[in-house]
Amino acid sequence: MQILSKLAFALGLGVAGLSGSAMAADVSGAGSSFVYPVLSKWSASFAEKTGNHVNYQSIGSGGGIAQIKAGTVDFGASDKPLDAAELKEFGLGQFPVVIGGIVPVYNIEGIEPGKLVLDGDVLARIFLGKISNWNDAAIAKLNPGLKLPTGQITVVHRADGSGTTFNFTNYLSKVSPEWKAAVGEGTAVQWPTGVGGKGNEGISAYIGQIKNSIGYAEYAYALKNHIGYALLTNANGKTVKPGNASFQAAAAGADWAHAQDFNLIMTNAPGDEAWPITATTWAIMYKQPKNAANSAVVFDFFRWSLTHGQAQAQELDYVALPDALTQKIEAYWQAQFKH
Amino acid sequence: MSVASVTLDSNRGRDRTDARNDALFRWALRFCALLVLAALLGAALSTLWGGREVLFGDGWRFLTSAQWNPVENRYGAWAPIYGTLVTSLIAIVIAVPLSFGIALFLTEIAPAWLRAPIGTGIELLAAIPSIIYGMWGLFVFVPFMAAHVDPLLDASLGRLPWIGTLFQGPPLGLGLLTAGIVLAVMIVPFISSVMREVFQTVPVRLKESAYALGSTTWEVAWDIVLPYTRQAVIGGIFLGLGRALGETMAVTFVLGNAYGLTASLLMPGTSISSSIANEFNEAAGLHRSALIALGFLLFVVTFIVLLIARWMLRSLQRKAGKA
Repeated sequence: MQILSKLAFALGLGVAGLSGSAMAADVSGAGSSFVYPVLSKWSASFAEKTGNHVNYQSIGSGGGIAQIKAGTVDFGASDKPLDAAELKEFGLGQFPVVIGGIVPVYNIEGIEPGKLVLDGDVLARIFLGKISNWNDAAIAKLNPGLKLPTGQITVVHRADGSGTTFNFTNYLSKVSPEWKAAVGEGTAVQWPTGVGGKGNEGISAYIGQIKNSIGYAEYAYALKNHIGYALLTNANGKTVKPGNASFQAAAAGADWAHAQDFNLIMTNAPGDEAWPITATTWAIMYKQPKNAANSAVVFDFFRWSLTHGQAQAQELDYVALPDALTQKIEAYWQAQFKH
Repeated sequence: MSVASVTLDSNRGRDRTDARNDALFRWALRFCALLVLAALLGAALSTLWGGREVLFGDGWRFLTSAQWNPVENRYGAWAPIYGTLVTSLIAIVIAVPLSFGIALFLTEIAPAWLRAPIGTGIELLAAIPSIIYGMWGLFVFVPFMAAHVDPLLDASLGRLPWIGTLFQGPPLGLGLLTAGIVLAVMIVPFISSVMREVFQTVPVRLKESAYALGSTTWEVAWDIVLPYTRQAVIGGIFLGLGRALGETMAVTFVLGNAYGLTASLLMPGTSISSSIANEFNEAAGLHRSALIALGFLLFVVTFIVLLIARWMLRSLQRKAGKA
């Protein structure tokens, strides 16, 4: 009965949408797979409210940047910001739309999720292969109350190019000069050790199966799959738990005021509460769009999302942008984009 | 107007339409065959063009370097080539004797009522999509390898001198050996169904003569059936090898996707097709060029393997001629 009434409701909405279709527009975007779940949810709600459809294709950040540069979509989405020169060359502008957190995940027998504590330096040395056993003194020092097993560590990383990898390696590069020199940062890097899983699913499958393994994944993903996740010591030397509060603290503490075109990676953010590997995704649009009508719809969409869509984002374990940042984005739109 | 001239006229008309139809048919056939060549050439040339930056920019270094560093934009194809060749080799080493056994059982030993169900079963195996093999590999076979096979190999063969290095390593379950075994399972249906088909073409008279002279079943298989069908059997093996070289999804799931070069078969590696599948989405610039160049190299590797097959076949025939 409930299903029937829901169906009737949906049909009614569909009819309403059709009747209002004289004004409705179809706009398109492409890019980051990190934001795909929340963008598709926003797009469905936005279509219900306005009749305008936002079609988003999750083809990867690199693809999104290529598509917007080619002008085949109305907006692109990337986990990695473009620098000022590149934006200027193509007449583009960019702004963050949603925040998420990345956590180290592990499978160590007898150690519950959220019990292991790591810091940036130890994490980097594990992923470099320099710390290769869980009984290493450096790990024991961070976990005085924990009984760590003797077992060779297997590192699990992403095999596919991904924004998650970009933010994770960016963090390791910031906290470990050794990592920066040996590996560096990027959507894909030359991993010194370990095995590669395809996508978040691949990571969780490998972590689940390989004993004494450690990897990294989006927080929402680790929660849903009940994988062990570690606490981290942040830039202020405080040990923090991943979650809405610490992700938002990182976004609030980041120095957006001095970041031109919001070109700022939030990893290793200052603040006692800040989670050190917090990431965002940028929407990229033309400042002088060829199709001004479509571009206006996209702005409506993001304006609606940044104000009304944040509850839906939290349901999916993304984090709402702090108010101060939303205001900055609104000001940026007014100043930079032709409406 | 006599009756004869009417039939003659209509015959002449028929001749003309026949000739025209024949020519049309011949052209259609030629077009079909040329389409294959054009598609092959087009794919080879466009991968060559797409990968030109790396192929011509780096030259031999691209082939021989085992570095794959997207951060510094330095790429070498040796690790994926190595992984592709090693996993395919393992697959062939396992699949060929197995397929030979299956085909021989079905044509020589199995009772008639058993032949059809097993034959159909094998053909059904060939129809399973590779993603299913990949998921089976990841969720069922990898844990089995990690729990039982890897530790056993490490403790037994891994202790031996020389070949020991092939079987040392932590019990990950993932790796070259696992990928090779999964590939073997995938290509057994191809090889065994070809073998079964051609074994059935061996004249009964030949086999019965051999049995009459006192040959065992094995001797009949090895000395009569196999030499008689050698060419087709090798063709079947290379059909399977071709599939193993290019297989993507299943390998990506169980290979471990790591660019390091290791002697041990228990360690993770990467292959040409799985590298492309993994990284193409987010690759731009030189990285993309390197991946397309890898695709071109897969053409080259497959071509070389087929050439070797031809050469092997010819030398076998020459030997048979001398004997």
